[in-house]
Amino acid sequence: MTERSRPRLNIGAVRSTFAPWADPAAKPLVRFENVVKRFDGDTAVGGVSLDIYPGEFFALLGPSGCGKTTLMRLLAGFETPDSGRVTLAGEDLAGKRPHERPVNMMFQSYALFPHLSVERNIAFGLKQQGMPKDQIADRVTEMLALVRLEGLARRKPHQLSGGQRQRVALARAIAPRPMMLLLDEPLAALDKKLREETQFELMALQQQLGMTFLIVTHDQEEAMVTADRIAVMRSGKIVQIGRPADVYEAPNSRYVADFIGDVNIFEGKTEFADGTTVRMASGEAPGGFDIIEDDLLEVGSTAWLAVRPEKIEVHLDEPPAGPNRMAGKIADIGYLGDWTTYLVELDSGRTIRAARANATRFVDRPVDWDDQVWLTFARDAGVVLTQ
Amino acid sequence: MRRGLTTFNIVSLVIGFGFLYLPIILLVIYSFNASRLVTVWGGFSTKWYASLLRNEQLLDAIWVTFRVGLISATIATVLGTFAAVALVRAGRFKGRTLFSGMIFAPLVMPEVILGLSLLLLFVSLGMPRGFWTVTVSHATVTMCYAAVVIQARLAAFDRQLEEAAQDLGCPPIKAFFAVTLPNIAPAVAAAWMLAFTLSLDDLVIASFTSGPGATTLPMRIYSQVRLGVSPEINAVSTLLIGLVATGVIAAYLLQMRRRSEA
Repeated sequence: MTERSRPRLNIGAVRSTFAPWADPAAKPLVRFENVVKRFDGDTAVGGVSLDIYPGEFFALLGPSGCGKTTLMRLLAGFETPDSGRVTLAGEDLAGKRPHERPVNMMFQSYALFPHLSVERNIAFGLKQQGMPKDQIADRVTEMLALVRLEGLARRKPHQLSGGQRQRVALARAIAPRPMMLLLDEPLAALDKKLREETQFELMALQQQLGMTFLIVTHDQEEAMVTADRIAVMRSGKIVQIGRPADVYEAPNSRYVADFIGDVNIFEGKTEFADGTTVRMASGEAPGGFDIIEDDLLEVGSTAWLAVRPEKIEVHLDEPPAGPNRMAGKIADIGYLGDWTTYLVELDSGRTIRAARANATRFVDRPVDWDDQVWLTFARDAGVVLTQ
Repeated sequence: MRRGLTTFNIVSLVIGFGFLYLPIILLVIYSFNASRLVTVWGGFSTKWYASLLRNEQLLDAIWVTFRVGLISATIATVLGTFAAVALVRAGRFKGRTLFSGMIFAPLVMPEVILGLSLLLLFVSLGMPRGFWTVTVSHATVTMCYAAVVIQARLAAFDRQLEEAAQDLGCPPIKAFFAVTLPNIAPAVAAAWMLAFTLSLDDLVIASFTSGPGATTLPMRIYSQVRLGVSPEINAVSTLLIGLVATGVIAAYLLQMRRRSEA
């Protein structure tokens, strides 16, 4: 998996100095080497190689059935690879059973022990380590404070709310101080508001503990918010690894562009490419597309231009003719409060999605259904895809 | 909509419960009969209970029955748990259908045949019939019932709990005892009670597999009744009914308390 090098352009809105994957001297904590896992002839994981570095918050993102959970279970030891190797801190995990691996998992169902109280759930892993009783008590108190459940130590799991159970599961998994925490769809059972809060709490917790987190999710927002890097998976393979901004702004395929966020994809033929600019002819835009793109593309080949809705501007007055310009009619409007999404039917019959942040309370001229509009986007708004 | 009981409901209830409980009520009443004659009421008395306490043969039979029940129910529950775990957990192993069929076959097999085959086995092994042959036979037969009860509960048990325990550093067998067993405990207890009860009132298999010095209560009652119903038998039966009823009510209350906790 090669990441695109874009020396002159900064991708995304976030600047991060934490990038051990870019450091050739950094040693990965977890290494998947060409791992294959089949179930009854169906390939769940088809040759995955992946490095995860200490202190990283890594996300495996993909639709259900793409093999992301299997990959996590291979690391936890609940599945064994058919071929390939999984190493943890340089040590081959083959033959090590789940209870011998210094990684802990937070299950999607939380899997809290129903017959044990909150404190005894949290103490379970510590007892297995043979920790003395007084130390266990201290650690449990510390964990309860960490996840803000101080008053609930003696409750049973069924006496807790969904959010509280989630926090008990988290505390139980991190209490034995594993080398790594695996989170299997940790927030899937929470409602939206709580999920958003918990995403930030998870990040803060990960920073505070300095622990390596691997999260499996089908929710792109969850992965984008929490993770340092995301691996996008499809049918048992990783299709792209990168920082959230890389994956969003520089997807390497139509699949990734489409899976993460909304996207409009235009098909066209490259007319010109010199390593700084690509010009494409397309039936959608009379003036063609003019894109800043440093990949050297073959002239005359078919390529796809992916443009995110929020990067497309909607004009009620006709802008001057030129590239990156399309005319159409408003087919539908979705008002979300913070954003408005416009579905614009182009003259060619295609429907394009454009989005606008509602930055002001008042507008001079509101957009209405069936209004004639023009869509434009900047030369650096789109990304040219060849696969 | 009409609520409450219709005439038809009342009639069916009276007939149904009458058939079920009238004989039992009669038995209980006649256990307090002062007369030796079973069909003649000679006034209230508890003398048969007193004479029961002096009847060595009956007391011995009660003691044998309880020992057989306790031991065979325990063996049956342990084996039944293993069988249930194998059936629920092992997935589709080779011969699974045969295995489950073999476990459940004794449920529908005529007891006479079971008893006879067990007797033939003990004879061919040269085992002297007695306490242990009855116990082993009861364990064999009641194990199937225990397996069925425990299997139902185990199938509903979230496997991930065991995985979570292992993930937290608990070896698989220890995880079973630390997490699975406490959670299926009500079913295990129910299985034990069922096995104990089945052993308690078994006559057929015990008759085949028992020997001298190991006469169970049902065998003793049956042999005495053939010589004529004695009021002592009524008394011991009443005690037995009382015991079973207490057990059932206790189990029910226990379960209710558990449920209100949950």
